[in-house]
Amino acid sequence: MYDAFSGIHISQGGIMQTTEETLRSLFGRMVGDEKHIWAAASTLNAIWVLYDRVLDISPDNIDDPDRDRFYLSKGHGPMAYYAMLAAKGFIAPEMLDTWTQLGSPLGLHPDRMLVPGVEISSGSLGHGLPLGVGTALGLRAEGRRARVVVLLGDGEFDEGSNHEAIAIAGRLGLDRVTAIVIDNRSASLGWPGGIASRFEVEGWRSTTVDGRDHDELHRALTQESDGRPQAVVAEIRKLREGSAA
Amino acid sequence: MSIQVDRKLMRSVFVDTVIESLATHPKLVLLTADISSWSFDEARATYPDRVINVGIREQALIGMAGGLALNGFRPVVHTYTPFLVERPFEQIKLDLGHQDVGAVLVSIGGSYDDLARGRTHQAPGDVALFDTLPGWTVHVPGHEDEAERLMRDALSADGRVYLRLSDKVNGAAVPVLDGFTVLRRGGAGVVVAVGPVLDDVLAATSTVDATVLYASTVRPFDHVGLRAAVAAARPNVMVVEPYLRGTSAHEVAEALGDVPHRLRSHGVRRDQEVRAYGKALDHDRLHGLDTASLAESAIDFFR
Repeated sequence: MYDAFSGIHISQGGIMQTTEETLRSLFGRMVGDEKHIWAAASTLNAIWVLYDRVLDISPDNIDDPDRDRFYLSKGHGPMAYYAMLAAKGFIAPEMLDTWTQLGSPLGLHPDRMLVPGVEISSGSLGHGLPLGVGTALGLRAEGRRARVVVLLGDGEFDEGSNHEAIAIAGRLGLDRVTAIVIDNRSASLGWPGGIASRFEVEGWRSTTVDGRDHDELHRALTQESDGRPQAVVAEIRKLREGSAA
Repeated sequence: MSIQVDRKLMRSVFVDTVIESLATHPKLVLLTADISSWSFDEARATYPDRVINVGIREQALIGMAGGLALNGFRPVVHTYTPFLVERPFEQIKLDLGHQDVGAVLVSIGGSYDDLARGRTHQAPGDVALFDTLPGWTVHVPGHEDEAERLMRDALSADGRVYLRLSDKVNGAAVPVLDGFTVLRRGGAGVVVAVGPVLDDVLAATSTVDATVLYASTVRPFDHVGLRAAVAAARPNVMVVEPYLRGTSAHEVAEALGDVPHRLRSHGVRRDQEVRAYGKALDHDRLHGLDTASLAESAIDFFR
């Protein structure tokens, strides 16, 4: 089925096929057809893989306490996130056209009280991981096995609140927490020795992957739990001149 | 009035109330940041996932409370006032308020309970800070029985509550009501006494013909109660608060927006940092919160 209005392919069951074209079209409704913005959407691949292949979250189970949780801590530039929410049926694609307008639920930072499917309001850096650790603690207190995945950026990683949360999750052995750090080397003072080492020393398992490689992301995000919280550092390397976004 | 030996500290009441409630309230989670954590050692052994000490990490302390509340838990968060309210203030604003979830924040130390440690362990601006955020209920009990009642109510609700415990207490508890309690009626004006300043206010105004209102809950501020009291007296309002002077001045101005009135504020001075140690009475005097200073001010103001 083809929805002429939105320009999106919809399957027989009403669920959209999540293809790159679909996302790109949804993305374009907010920012236009600018190739470099699409290429710079560093979170896109991780969010795509999570919602498409890893997490048990859908509009049907969003109120189920046993669903997985996804907390977008890196709330800056949430276009990829909004596109994903539209592709998965949390919000109507037409909503994307209202992006940042007065009365639109969609701002430059996602607001959980305004956007269906958004689990935390974010935008200020360093808040998602402590929220996620608290959530994981609550889920464990009730014996639930849902996952809590928090996505943050390497610049955001500067915020000390993350390091408090990393230490606490490690000591409490909150194995249902996964932190994905999108590393595009944007932290002003850098992270000598790599971001993964900061997690490892606190008792986390860490995996460093190519942040544009969906299969690598998928493998890292679906590893069997070994009792430790897990970090996935998704490196976004600069694209070569002239390469396809 | 001297404190009898059988009276409990507000802090002990808080500890006992939480421990008791853990058994009956399965969604209750206590988070500490080392301060008072030893008081919960036994409870932590019984409820390892619901009594958590995070170490000295106050940003994550509040953030975790938000993450718990997002999933239907009732977090109770406790530490010293500066580390509970000032250091993680953005977490209070965003991880609780902006997420639109609730928690019970219980502080000790208050304005100058901890005299010997000085400025680092004092936070007289705490209530003023909560005034910058919507949706907070602020309790300032003046007696351990009030603290217990307010604590129990806060645990069974789901909103955002700040409970400010103090070492200083009044001789007798005042029944906990939603609004202000009228303790004395007079014609020269109205005094609002907040929490632990009550005994000093009652002594200071014993020769003054003023109405005395008592508040153990200061946010929301009882506009209706204040208006009614002012309507029955001359429109002179004196507010005595155990934290930053003038914190409730804007509430009085709003409550009496259409009533010409005079206002005098007493509280912890904001014009300078008092770099001094000593005893509580010394500091009451330094801030003009002792009985003699308040009496002098009241006699002058209600003349």
